[in-house]
Amino acid sequence: MTERTRVEVELTVNGRSHRVRVEPRRTLADALRDDCGLTGTHLGCEHGVCGACTILADGEPVRSCLMFAVQCEGMDLRTVEDLADGDRLHPIQQAFWENHGLQCGFCTPGFLMLSAGYLAQNPDPDEEELRAVLSSNLCRCTGYQNILKAVRQAAEVMRG
Amino acid sequence: MIPWIGQPLPRFEDPPLLTGEGRFVADLTRDASFLRFVRSPVAHGRIVSIEAPGRITAFTADDLRQVRPIRPLLHRPDFHPIEQPVLASGKVRFVGEPVAVVVARTPEEAEDAAEQVFVEIEPQDPVVSAPDALRPGAPTVHDHLEDNVVVDARFETEGVDEVFAGAAVVVEFDLRSQRQNALPLEARGSVASYDPRSGRTTLTASVQSPHVIRTILADLLGIPESDLRVVVPDVGGAFGQKFCLAPEDVVTAWVARRLRTTVSWVEDRRENLMSSFHSRDHHYRVRGAFDRDARLLAVDADLLCNIGAYSCYPVTCGVEPLMALAEFPGPYDFRTYRVRSRGITTNTCPMAPYRGVSRPVITLAMERLMDLAAVRFGIEPAEIRRGNLVSEFPYSSATGLVYDEGSYVESLDRAVEEIGLEDFRDRQAAARSEGRYLGVGISVFSERTGYGTSAFAARSMDVTPGYETVDLAMDPSGNVEVRLGASPHGQGLETTLAQLIGDELGVEPARVRVVHSDTDRTPYGWGTFASRSLVIAGGAARLASDRLRAKLAAIASAELEAAPEDIVIRAGRATVAGTDAGIDVSELARLAYHSSHRLAGGMDPGLTATATYDPAGTFSNACHVAAVEVDPETGGVRVDRFVVVEDAGRLINPMIVDGQLHGGVTQGIAGALYEEIRYDSEGNILTTSLMDFLPPTLAEVPTIEVHHLETISDATITGAKGLGEGGTIGAPAAIINAVADALRPLGVEVAEVPATPSRLRRLVSESERIPA
Repeated sequence: MTERTRVEVELTVNGRSHRVRVEPRRTLADALRDDCGLTGTHLGCEHGVCGACTILADGEPVRSCLMFAVQCEGMDLRTVEDLADGDRLHPIQQAFWENHGLQCGFCTPGFLMLSAGYLAQNPDPDEEELRAVLSSNLCRCTGYQNILKAVRQAAEVMRG
Repeated sequence: MIPWIGQPLPRFEDPPLLTGEGRFVADLTRDASFLRFVRSPVAHGRIVSIEAPGRITAFTADDLRQVRPIRPLLHRPDFHPIEQPVLASGKVRFVGEPVAVVVARTPEEAEDAAEQVFVEIEPQDPVVSAPDALRPGAPTVHDHLEDNVVVDARFETEGVDEVFAGAAVVVEFDLRSQRQNALPLEARGSVASYDPRSGRTTLTASVQSPHVIRTILADLLGIPESDLRVVVPDVGGAFGQKFCLAPEDVVTAWVARRLRTTVSWVEDRRENLMSSFHSRDHHYRVRGAFDRDARLLAVDADLLCNIGAYSCYPVTCGVEPLMALAEFPGPYDFRTYRVRSRGITTNTCPMAPYRGVSRPVITLAMERLMDLAAVRFGIEPAEIRRGNLVSEFPYSSATGLVYDEGSYVESLDRAVEEIGLEDFRDRQAAARSEGRYLGVGISVFSERTGYGTSAFAARSMDVTPGYETVDLAMDPSGNVEVRLGASPHGQGLETTLAQLIGDELGVEPARVRVVHSDTDRTPYGWGTFASRSLVIAGGAARLASDRLRAKLAAIASAELEAAPEDIVIRAGRATVAGTDAGIDVSELARLAYHSSHRLAGGMDPGLTATATYDPAGTFSNACHVAAVEVDPETGGVRVDRFVVVEDAGRLINPMIVDGQLHGGVTQGIAGALYEEIRYDSEGNILTTSLMDFLPPTLAEVPTIEVHHLETISDATITGAKGLGEGGTIGAPAAIINAVADALRPLGVEVAEVPATPSRLRRLVSESERIPA
């Protein structure tokens, strides 16, 4: 691949515009990590199963390894770096911390963004729904117990 | 919150990981060129030629002639050393073996370049399974060996045949455990950076044992160890897969030195499934002899472990067969034991320790033995166990392992009570009359943890791990820095050590900084594996804290004009017991550095202490009980309840303990029901994506109900026992026993894990008793 095959894309990530030149085959995940320097989005499988690369695109949780950067012009993209408000953790982050919802922390950004997207649209999910949604992503450390607990607590806190 | 020990303190590790500030290897490649390995598409064959277009920077074994092969050693006559060149040399021995490496500006270009390297291989017949590799006339994986047996260990007490001949009941069965991949969510990787100014190379790698990796790298590359620094950044899970040396890391360091630059290797998931270490590929034949009171008298076992194409450094491929041999008896008291345990080399990906090592499989074997015997005797599985569990301590096993105090019978009783066994049997009977198949399964086990040099030396390992050293310093402001050779990566050791040290030195845990995973900054140590870090590094931290505390007390005693033994250090103050007289610990710290003239004669300035801890080891124990429902139409298993009664001694941080158990049990459920690395008969790996290799999601994992017993033994100085592997060790047996219990009316035997839907459906369809 040469410079000629690259195309310019404007990505709006966490409210900031990033003008990047990428090959058409470049995934959104790679563009976020390598071109925008936002390495909080992790790659666990690069084939859409593990969900570690989950971000929000126009509010919807998406697997950024399954999207191309060139598809995403004009979208409102949100990554884990956007969750906290300065030093104040987002209620979902706070709940993961208090409930030991992470061990190695590699899958965590994906679970946080999945939960953030879901709870924004479904603030009061029942247990069965929540289990179904959280089964979108893989975690190898926690056995999911404390992730479920954390998201349940975060939902309560966010409902106020 | 004093004492800090026992508090569910949220982890100090978490904030950066929650905000995207974690730094994993793949996040550190900004200044690096990218490596891509060209891997063998053939399981067994002779390399005829390797050709790369001239515009591609590529290296092969010919270029790396000065690099020594990896040659892990055991000093025992029943072990035959095999060696692994870091890039295949002359022969390839498994699909996915690195044959060449290319270097490019971007990962994409590297991947494109690797595809242009042409490797001609003359295929030879492969051997894929351990039984195949044992057949007379089977191809040999390593030409210098007469056959494919790399380890052939035997152990036999007296009178085995006599006990079997006189037994009231002999239970005999086969067991097959398929192969697993530890599957850390972050695959392996490293960045190697050569600094022309100092001549040093820094390898930043996702590994569990930075010091050991530095030593072997220096050995293989033939350079002074001081020319190397190994740094471990955040690690996205390891579970054993990142403990042994990756040949790719050696190549990465070599290329950085050769090109005098920075290069990185980031493994993708396909490579990880194909070429990262595998585990658990065992075939067992087991016999147990019982007297007429259902008392287990003897066990006779023949164990085959498929160790793959090469031996892993430093533990060697003996790790699975030798642990299986020594620890097979588990929590049961019997004196007569014969075992043959072999490690067999095949044309498959090499094996290395994975959470639990052999114990998930040997526990499954012993627990199947107990259940099969219980059926023969017509008694409850809990009852036969009660009559056979060790209950007096210290207990010395048939193989000479010494078990410290535990709660084997108590954990069983508690778990059976929690699951409500009698009610369950009623529900099970009612369900069966409706054509539904419920089952309950018990697993009682011992988990040997926190073992030091003596335990590893018993395996005759050339490289004998065991101790940990901790350097502790209180700075002039009263903050504490602790540096250790262990290398935590998700276990929360930065928090638990701070809790331990905080209590000892009377400081808040937040003022204790734990430094690890950098060979330039930490004392030599073995790393984080084998459920050892909190026991061993924690023990060393405790010893070092004792020394520092004694010095603080000595300084305080002079200042307060009291005897050192009357000084109490607590909550940031040193006080004279029974009085109001006291002085802040931070004031003592400042004094130790800045007013050393006031220190008593002979006392060095400053506040530092170093300690090493090297215990013989301790046994945690637990009982797991699973309740399942099996759908005989689909072969699907739903786990309805999973109860854990765990005894790991003193709990330093119960929240972290429960997290370890949750994750461990989930990996055990994975091994019992879902995860399986498969090869075809030609040695082609068939499971190279997460659509073929199936780790469980939350949809497959029930609520894990954890209960604790706390038996404090004096086998460790903190009272804490290890527990990192227990969940994974115990869960498969509980699940499989439950599945077997559910399907018992059909007269089928579950002899293979994972018990996937297709396997269970086949069993059901072959049953002569068609389900209602």
